[in-house]
Amino acid sequence: MKKNITRRNMLKTSTAAVGAVAGAGLLKGFPAIHAADAPVIRYLGTAVNMGDAVQKRLFDDTGIKVKFIVKTTDEVVKTIFTQPNSFDIVDSEYFSMPKLVPSGNLLGMDTKRIKEWDNVTSAFTKGEVAGKKIGDQGTAPKKVMYLKGSNSKEFASEPTQHVTLIPTVYNADTLGIRPDLIKRPISTWAELLNPEFKGKASILNIPSIGIMDAAMVVESMGEYKYPDKGNMTKKEIDLTMKIFTEAKKAGQFRAFWSDFNESVNLMASGEVVIQSMWSPAITAVRTKGIPCVYQPLKEGYRAWAAGFGLPATTKGRQADICYEFINWYLSGWVGAYLNRQGYYSAVIPTAKKYMESYEWDYWMLGKPATADIMSPEGKKLASKGEIRDGGSYEARMGSVECWNATMDENKYMVRKWNEMIAS
Amino acid sequence: MLPYIINNSIFNMPNLFKIKPSVGLLSLPYSLVFIFFFFIPLVLTFVISFWDYNEYSIIPDLILENYRYIFENCFSFENGMCVTFKTYLSTFMFCLITWFFTLIIGFFVAYFLAFYVNSLTWQIALFLLCTIPFWTSNVIRMISWIPLLGRNGLVNDFFLSTGLTSTPQEWLLYSGFSVVLAFVHLYTLFMIVPIFNSMMRIDKSIIEAAYDNGANGFQILWNIIIPLCKPGIVIGSIFVITVVMGDFITIGIMGGQQIPSIGKIIYVEMSYLQLPAAAANAVILLFLTLLIIWIMTKMIDIRKEL
Repeated sequence: MKKNITRRNMLKTSTAAVGAVAGAGLLKGFPAIHAADAPVIRYLGTAVNMGDAVQKRLFDDTGIKVKFIVKTTDEVVKTIFTQPNSFDIVDSEYFSMPKLVPSGNLLGMDTKRIKEWDNVTSAFTKGEVAGKKIGDQGTAPKKVMYLKGSNSKEFASEPTQHVTLIPTVYNADTLGIRPDLIKRPISTWAELLNPEFKGKASILNIPSIGIMDAAMVVESMGEYKYPDKGNMTKKEIDLTMKIFTEAKKAGQFRAFWSDFNESVNLMASGEVVIQSMWSPAITAVRTKGIPCVYQPLKEGYRAWAAGFGLPATTKGRQADICYEFINWYLSGWVGAYLNRQGYYSAVIPTAKKYMESYEWDYWMLGKPATADIMSPEGKKLASKGEIRDGGSYEARMGSVECWNATMDENKYMVRKWNEMIAS
Repeated sequence: MLPYIINNSIFNMPNLFKIKPSVGLLSLPYSLVFIFFFFIPLVLTFVISFWDYNEYSIIPDLILENYRYIFENCFSFENGMCVTFKTYLSTFMFCLITWFFTLIIGFFVAYFLAFYVNSLTWQIALFLLCTIPFWTSNVIRMISWIPLLGRNGLVNDFFLSTGLTSTPQEWLLYSGFSVVLAFVHLYTLFMIVPIFNSMMRIDKSIIEAAYDNGANGFQILWNIIIPLCKPGIVIGSIFVITVVMGDFITIGIMGGQQIPSIGKIIYVEMSYLQLPAAAANAVILLFLTLLIIWIMTKMIDIRKEL
């Protein structure tokens, strides 16, 4: 009976045509019940890291196909709440966990089934890089990693067997600048509100991330020292928004952006010379041949991290396939792919195996490139002799100051953010 | 004459009721679609606007908190205007300005098409020209404004090279001006079509009669054409006003995300799963939009005019 239910679920998940072809072609010789269950995973996420190359490689290696349900970060969260059975696997960010876990819609992931679990970077499991504690303000992954059990709705403070998400990718974010238009060194977050860049600055209009960048700026201006930037009190939110409202009224910002492509266009066109930016946006500007630097700043980085979760109802063969997919994801090929995009893979040793040594030296060790550095799509990102912005993995991840966060006063924060936009 | 007669018999409600039995049947499919995909969702939105919510779920309830929250601090003006009033005021301004320009431009384009272009082929060809703004996706269209209006754009290049200004003009992009420009650029078509339709139904012999009686061009325009185009003008106005009232993408991108819109507030609330709050905002927006339309239909009875 149990098998039947699983089979039904899997049939539902597979698109009929793909299922028939893949099932007949790849799983010949398997018991009949398996042959009918062609593995197709409905993958909910922003899918920014999942290009065609990844899907092709996945299919070649495992025979698993992926059907994407592409949504924005916020919509992914909404989908987990409202349609928890509309996907088989979700790619989500850790900062959503304080909201998601109490809903009970996600399964506690069994680390015993993850081959490379012991190799997952300590930035996730312990909040350390190279044995050194890194900043943990905001929703640092280690705070929302462990659960009290597989069906638990509560976080555990000590490492346990069950986790919220299996980590996949993370990065340290900072400000992007146009060095050719600024023509002087930039070393602090406070420069975002420097009147010198009046009408040429930008910040992203996604409240939960924008507020963190704003807090980095306020703190570096010496206006206020937050006990925890990632969990502000109402007073702290007021203070932060007051400073930004004044700057906005004074015409500091050329525009705000809410879509990745907008940030690329603002920067590439020269409308903006300093702004909040994400790593692939820097790459996109650079591949147009326009100089753009992901500027390391003395106060440190704002980090984010994502991972895979499963719906609470996952079991049986469906779970097997999803774990197989996750194990493949962490087995190195994707890790190298992510590293080459300027992100970091959650399992570093396996990724190393799939990278050329000159690539490894450039991306991970911060050494000057000994050959031209190419993006995974084969576009040139850096010439021989150039050094990665921010340097090595240890220098970048080791300087993390805070993490993307869900605050207790989230509702109030969103409201105040809207007030700033309306001011 | 023919189109006028046909239209008249279709839209004349009393006539419809004479053939009652088949009308119910004919309108059944559309009524069902209307009920399931418009009426019921609308009722649900209204109901949910009175519900409570937390971080991850909505809770059936009957509270006014969502509405109270929207108008918090709105009736004490000590700290200036509240966000809600500011946002609606800005949206109304965009409506008014966009409506004005689309009406003026749309009316004269329609006038040209209806009275100066005599061949149907040319009318169709020129109509297609009017739809060019819709040929590309929203995002591409918005992005394309940057090379034109941006700091290093064509317009600024022109200003600088001709010495009209000494520094790049920043108000051209990411400003109220660029928002209105994008709206007018897009939605003038919504005015052209219904006004053109009204104009085509004007009996040419009426105009000839006016000439024969010694009316000048302006008198004909003011006393004959405009009154007879009223239904088209009202329909076009309803299109433009409802679209601008609910817009947040154009205001967002062309305003550099620095200009508030009700749509954006609803969007943000929805992405943070504050669905009841978003529903309450939607109900208010709907109410105000309907109010405007109601006032407009009071000015002219569309049903009768059609």
